[in-house]
Amino acid sequence: MPDSPGLELIAHELDDAAAGSVLSTYHEHGQACLIVDPQRILEVLGWLRDTPAQEYRFLASLHGVDYLPSEPRFGVVYELLNMPRVERLRVRAALADPGGEELPEIDSCMPLFAGAEFQEREVYDFFGIVFRGHPDLRRILMPEDYVGWPQRRDFPVGGEPVIFTHTEREVPRWYA
Amino acid sequence: MSTHGSAPVHGGDVVARTEAQVIGTSPVERTAAGEALGPEEELLTINMGPHHPATHGVLRLLVSLEGEVVRDLKPIVGYVHTGIEKSCEDKSYWKAIPFVERMDYLSYFSNMEAFVGCVERLLELEIPPRAKYLRTIHLELNRLHSHLVWLGTSALDLGAMSMFFYCFRDRDRVLDLFEMSTGQRMHTRYFQVGGVFEDIPLGFERNLRAFCAEMPSRVDQYEAILNRNEIFLRRTKNVGAVPRQELLDLGVTGPLLRAAGEPWDLRKVAPSLAYGDLEFQIPVGTVGDGYDRYRVRVREMRESVRIIEQALDGLPEGPWIADDRKIVLPPRNELSTSMEALIHHFKLVTEGFRVPPGEAYYAVESPRGELGCFVVADGSAKPARVHFRDPSFVNLQALRHMCVGGYLADLIQNLAMLDPILGGIDR
Repeated sequence: MPDSPGLELIAHELDDAAAGSVLSTYHEHGQACLIVDPQRILEVLGWLRDTPAQEYRFLASLHGVDYLPSEPRFGVVYELLNMPRVERLRVRAALADPGGEELPEIDSCMPLFAGAEFQEREVYDFFGIVFRGHPDLRRILMPEDYVGWPQRRDFPVGGEPVIFTHTEREVPRWYA
Repeated sequence: MSTHGSAPVHGGDVVARTEAQVIGTSPVERTAAGEALGPEEELLTINMGPHHPATHGVLRLLVSLEGEVVRDLKPIVGYVHTGIEKSCEDKSYWKAIPFVERMDYLSYFSNMEAFVGCVERLLELEIPPRAKYLRTIHLELNRLHSHLVWLGTSALDLGAMSMFFYCFRDRDRVLDLFEMSTGQRMHTRYFQVGGVFEDIPLGFERNLRAFCAEMPSRVDQYEAILNRNEIFLRRTKNVGAVPRQELLDLGVTGPLLRAAGEPWDLRKVAPSLAYGDLEFQIPVGTVGDGYDRYRVRVREMRESVRIIEQALDGLPEGPWIADDRKIVLPPRNELSTSMEALIHHFKLVTEGFRVPPGEAYYAVESPRGELGCFVVADGSAKPARVHFRDPSFVNLQALRHMCVGGYLADLIQNLAMLDPILGGIDR
C-alpha cells in the first residue's frame, strides 16, 4: 500500500499527467484511495497501469457502491494491484445520479483490463451503471427480464412472494 | 489455435491433436461475416447445463461446435443467485457472518475470514495470537476439504470413479474435525469479529494430529492412482493451457495462475494471521495445462498439512477472542453476576456493534484464488455495502480461452480443473 505521502505524490503526478482528474484522496486503515472524475477514468487507469514508477497492472476487483444519501451518489471502485511490490491502490470514480430514468455512464475499462468483463456486467446488473464500450453489457446474475437495480440503497429488501400451488391464485400478476 | 500453439508439446499423438484443431478461419467469424457455410462445417450451438453432472453446480454453457471442436463458448450464470450481498445490508455485522459463509459453500472459512477480517480492519481491532493460529488451522483444513472435493469430483468427471470415494472418505474426516471444534460440519460460523467463537475442545489436537499424520500417505495413494495413469494423462496433458500473461490480464488467481508458473499466493506475499510465522512452499507449475493444475492442487494439500502441523506446534496459550466488550460478547458465566456484562450482552445481541464510517478491502487466499471482501460502513450497526470478489466468478472468464479450439470432451476436463463453485459465482 502506498502510505499517506506516497498517495499524495501519486495524486500530484496524476494531476500533472491528466489535469483535473483527481478530485480528492483518502488514506484510512492503511489503505489508499484516489477519488477521480469518471469522465477521465480510462486516462487515470491507463496512467496508473503504464507509468514506469506505478505499474498497477492487475485489476484485483471492481465494485459498485451506492453512497445514498451523499453526493455524488454512485461509486465504481477499482482495486488495483502492483504484483511485484505487493501494493494495492483503490481508485473510485465518483458518479452522479443523472436522475429520472436516465442511467449513470462510465467508460468500460476492458481495453485496459480484459478481466473486468464479468465484474462490469455485475455492476450494471445491480446498480444500473452503464459501461460505455463494453462488448456484452447484459444482466449477469439477475434474470434477463428483471426490472430495477436491486443493489441500490433505495431498492427495498422485500422479497418476492414464493408461489405454491395453494397460493398461486393470490400472488398478484401471476395468475391472470 | 493460439492458446494451444505456444504450449510445449511432448508425445507424438498430442501434436497431431493440437494440429487437428486448426481448420481454416473460424466459422464463428465466417458466420458473422454473412458467409453461407456448407452443411459439413455449419456450427451446432448446444446448451450444456444448467443441470449437468459435470458442471459442478448450476452452470449453463452455450457452446458452438464445429463437429467435435468447440468454436465458441459463453458461460451463463445466475441460476443460484440469492442476493446475499443485499441481504447483508439488512443485517447487523455479526448476523451477516452466516450469510457470507453460504456463498462459496466449499470454502466457508475463507468467506468468513474475508468478511470478519475486513470488519476488523474497519474497527482497527487486533485479534489475540491464539485466535490467529486457530483461524489458520481451520482455513488450511478448509483448503484440504475443498481440494479433496475438487479432486474427487474432477477425477470422477474423467472416469476415475474410485477417487471419488477415497476423497470423500478423507473429506469426511475433515468435516468430523470441524464438527468437533465448532459444532457444525459445514457453515460453522466459527470466526467472530475479534477472534473465534470458542476454544478448541479437549481431544481436538490429538485427532487433528492423527489426521495430519495420516493425510500425506493418503495423498501418496491419490498420486499413485492418478499421476501416471494413462487415461488421466491423456485427458489432462497439454489440454487447456493458457499463457501466464493472458491469465493475468483476465484477473485469474489461485491454483490456475500458479499452475502457469506465476508464484502468486496471498498467504506468502501479504501474510496475515499466522502465515508469516509458518514455513511452507508455494507449488507452481510450468506449462499451465490441466495436469499442472492437478499437480499444484495436490501439492498444496501436502503444504496445508505442513502448515496445520506447525500451527499446532506453535499454538499459543491465552484468550481466543479479543477483550473489547463493545464488540465481543461477554463470557456467558459473567451474565449472572455482572450488570455491565448483561447490558453489553443485551446491546450486542439486539443492536450489534457499530462500525465507524469508512471502507476497506481485505483479500485472503481461498482454495480458488483471491477472495476479496469490500465493506462500506456508514457508522451504523449494519454494513452499507458488502461486496465479494469471488475467485470462481473472475476465473470463469478464462474458461473460453481454455476451451476454444479444443474438443468438446476437453471442455469437461477444463471445467473440472477450473474448479468453479457456483454458489460463489452467483452469490
